[in-house]
Amino acid sequence: MMTEKDKRQIQKDFQKNMDYDELLNCMRCGFCLPSCPTYIETGHKEKYSPRGRIALMKGITDGVVEPDEDIAHSLDLCLGCRACEPVCPSGVKYGHLLEDARSILQKHKKQSVPVKLIRKGVFNGLFPHQNRIEAATGLLGFYQRSGLSKVGRKIGFMNLFPESMAAMEKILPEAPTKKEIRERPRFFPHEGEKKADVALFAGCLMDTLFFKTNNATIRLLQKAGCDVTIPEHQLCCGALHGHNGELEQSKKMAKQNIEAFEAGHFDYIITNAGGCSAFLIEYDHLLAGEPEWADRAKQFVSRLKDISAILVDLDFHHQHHLQLSPQTVTYQDSCHLRNVMHTYKEPRILLQSIEGVRYEEMEGANTCCGSAGDYNIVQPEMAMQILDHKMAKVEKTEAQTIVTANPGCLLEMKAGVERSGNKGKMRAVHIADLLVEALEYSEENQLVR
Amino acid sequence: MPLLRLKKKQKITEEQIAAIVGKENVDSSSSERLVYSYDATPNYQSLPDFVAAPGNAEEVAALLKLCNETGTPVYSRGSGTNLCADTCPVHGGVVLLTKRLNRILELDKENLTITVQPGVITKEISDTVEKEGLFYPPDPSSMKISTIGGNLSENSGGLRGLKYGVTRDYVMALQVALPDGELIRTGGKLTKDVAGYDLTRLFVGSEGTLGVITEATLKLIPKPESQKTILALYQDIEAAARSVSAIIADKMIPVTLEFIDQDTLKAVEDFAHIGLPTDVQAILLIVQDGPKEIVDRDIHRIAEICRSKQAVDVRLAASEQEAEQLATARRSALSALARLKPTTILEDATVPRSEIAPMVRAITEIARKYNVRISTFGHAGDGNLHPTCLTDARDHDEMQRVEKAFAEIFEKALELGGTLTGEHGIGMTKAPYLEWKLGKAGVAVMRGIKQALDPSGIMNPGKVFAEAASEREANVK
Repeated sequence: MMTEKDKRQIQKDFQKNMDYDELLNCMRCGFCLPSCPTYIETGHKEKYSPRGRIALMKGITDGVVEPDEDIAHSLDLCLGCRACEPVCPSGVKYGHLLEDARSILQKHKKQSVPVKLIRKGVFNGLFPHQNRIEAATGLLGFYQRSGLSKVGRKIGFMNLFPESMAAMEKILPEAPTKKEIRERPRFFPHEGEKKADVALFAGCLMDTLFFKTNNATIRLLQKAGCDVTIPEHQLCCGALHGHNGELEQSKKMAKQNIEAFEAGHFDYIITNAGGCSAFLIEYDHLLAGEPEWADRAKQFVSRLKDISAILVDLDFHHQHHLQLSPQTVTYQDSCHLRNVMHTYKEPRILLQSIEGVRYEEMEGANTCCGSAGDYNIVQPEMAMQILDHKMAKVEKTEAQTIVTANPGCLLEMKAGVERSGNKGKMRAVHIADLLVEALEYSEENQLVR
Repeated sequence: MPLLRLKKKQKITEEQIAAIVGKENVDSSSSERLVYSYDATPNYQSLPDFVAAPGNAEEVAALLKLCNETGTPVYSRGSGTNLCADTCPVHGGVVLLTKRLNRILELDKENLTITVQPGVITKEISDTVEKEGLFYPPDPSSMKISTIGGNLSENSGGLRGLKYGVTRDYVMALQVALPDGELIRTGGKLTKDVAGYDLTRLFVGSEGTLGVITEATLKLIPKPESQKTILALYQDIEAAARSVSAIIADKMIPVTLEFIDQDTLKAVEDFAHIGLPTDVQAILLIVQDGPKEIVDRDIHRIAEICRSKQAVDVRLAASEQEAEQLATARRSALSALARLKPTTILEDATVPRSEIAPMVRAITEIARKYNVRISTFGHAGDGNLHPTCLTDARDHDEMQRVEKAFAEIFEKALELGGTLTGEHGIGMTKAPYLEWKLGKAGVAVMRGIKQALDPSGIMNPGKVFAEAASEREANVK
């Protein structure tokens, strides 16, 4: 519970730290309402809408309402999908307001000792240290390969965790060994005509749990004519920290990443995770208050591109024949890739250029699947409700393959496939993996011919 | 009636409301009260005591009866996109949400009607009927968000008003809950019906001050088979305005005839990125629909008129998609203008369409006189302009000048034979000026109607009729 003193302090912090001009920029027209998943899912509850949440933030700042658990819950229940931003004619930067407000509330949150320890362990002890993530991934690989995971499932070990986490455990990809990760080269030469020098933003989870997807990404870039470097000393992007009110930690990580990518000349910095890229592209905003970093952040941001965007730019899909066995494919947008990076046409162009693929656009493909970073862990009920509605729409497309462009979305869609009883009939894949599959299928097919 | 007065002294309780709508549908938490303390009108905010969401007409009626007996103000609210503070609970009390009354009850293809509950989103109605080859023309800019209940209460217009009229013209029957707890039905699926006073028309546009509409039967028409969109570009604002009058005088009635000035164009383009011309002073967005041959002929003729009135260019939208983009962009105009300054105050003074050019000129002069920035867009074809003042509510000196400027705009509109508001309603923002339009006797007639239906004054108090403490310029004069 918040004490009176907490409440006063929170209000003071809102007055000091919230961008009041940005709060005023919301003119309350309500154009955001139909785009907000939590507004829709709660049967049109204003306090779970962007307009309502901004009004609550402004209400605290103006002293019209006192901060309380209810208001904190309204902000917690936000997916942070930012679907409200592209539809806002006034251009309100909702994501920034949300992060600032959450950061203040987080500071004053009374958390139980275990939660505090876990947060500290995860946010400060794990993610800022790529070697520790690698070690953890190695452990996971051991758990999976040793047969322990089967034993664990049999004796109901996972039942001790929330339903969403237990479901997660089943759908985690096969983890690479620590050795595999550490022995991978840092430079990959282009194939064919050289078109660009690029650096891969490898990402914390992408470069461990989703190691194969990173390798697929590298291969696609090589085929597209890029020299690919994976700069050393890069870290997790800091998005999880930013979205959870740990802004200071994410600033530190941003600086280290900017530095890491200054080591060498690169035309582009490539990501394959919508969630990371959306956070990376706002490094300039994150570090706006630090003059010595502002320009460097701008430099970094201006070179950022998603894998599908650069492939389309470099005409990859016309230069390589892509083919798959006949199947229906649909695409689930990564909210952040779409709403913040504004990359949504390119993945569709690439998928539609694959021979054998019948592309079926899903109704509401642009709305959140419920993954939303760690949302499915902290707000499991709402996440599952959203996922169930999403799976109903996936089923309507009759797709055998659901494609995504972000690890969180990928895991969520895999969980959705399991949960809706579609295992064996449907699969979820990252677009980079599917494109490599299409390259290989095409090559084999041509050999046979 | 001493008994009634005695009851009025009892304060309404959450338990009483819960007994009608169910415990889960009433809320008095501070977060809930805050998020229903406003609508889309700048500078109006006031916290209600309770927020209630009844699930059927009977619950609405019972809730009104309870409010009536306890003297509790009640404000019905759809999506809160209102632009005259009509959904702002200025006197506390109960905000009545229509969100649970969100069903389409019947699509009658024999009588060409659709019957809906008030919480249905306007666009859902359009989409539903268009799938059947039918058409519900009223299309307020907020149609993706607004509820039909809100449209009915405000008698909303839209982009197609010129040819097809406004919400009022498509209402055939209503069910209304009255403050005394009665449910009445007005009208019917009838083209002809003169049985008594036209209560349907009375409730449409009554801004929630007489009762709560709990069901409506709307008239549908066949969907036009084709449509075309053109943009006419001008380097002279008044030339654009003169074109509007000339088109109408030439007996051309397009569906849409929108005026957008340069400021607005720039703000909208900044949001929509669809390649709007931002290097001209004003454009007209013109749409015609109907059988293809007639659309072609009309569009050709209209383009000729625009050119003869100094349009520097006339462009045809290449595809249906481009036409839709243009209409969507226009609908975002007001919110897009909010990019430019912290506070955007818009009005919708309306003049006979022959007077569009003098009105546009007057707005420019008034803005200069009071040194305020006014951007203008609007449904020029039906004389309904939206001069929008870009300001900052924190700048008190400027806000006073804004008030003076708007007072003068209202005065000018009335002088030209116009009105204070074409489609947004009187609400609180224009209440002080109502007498300018209707005269004392006219306002007295309206007050009489209000008194007859809502003697305790619980229905949306503070709206339509000015209260003593109003700050607007009308009182200074």
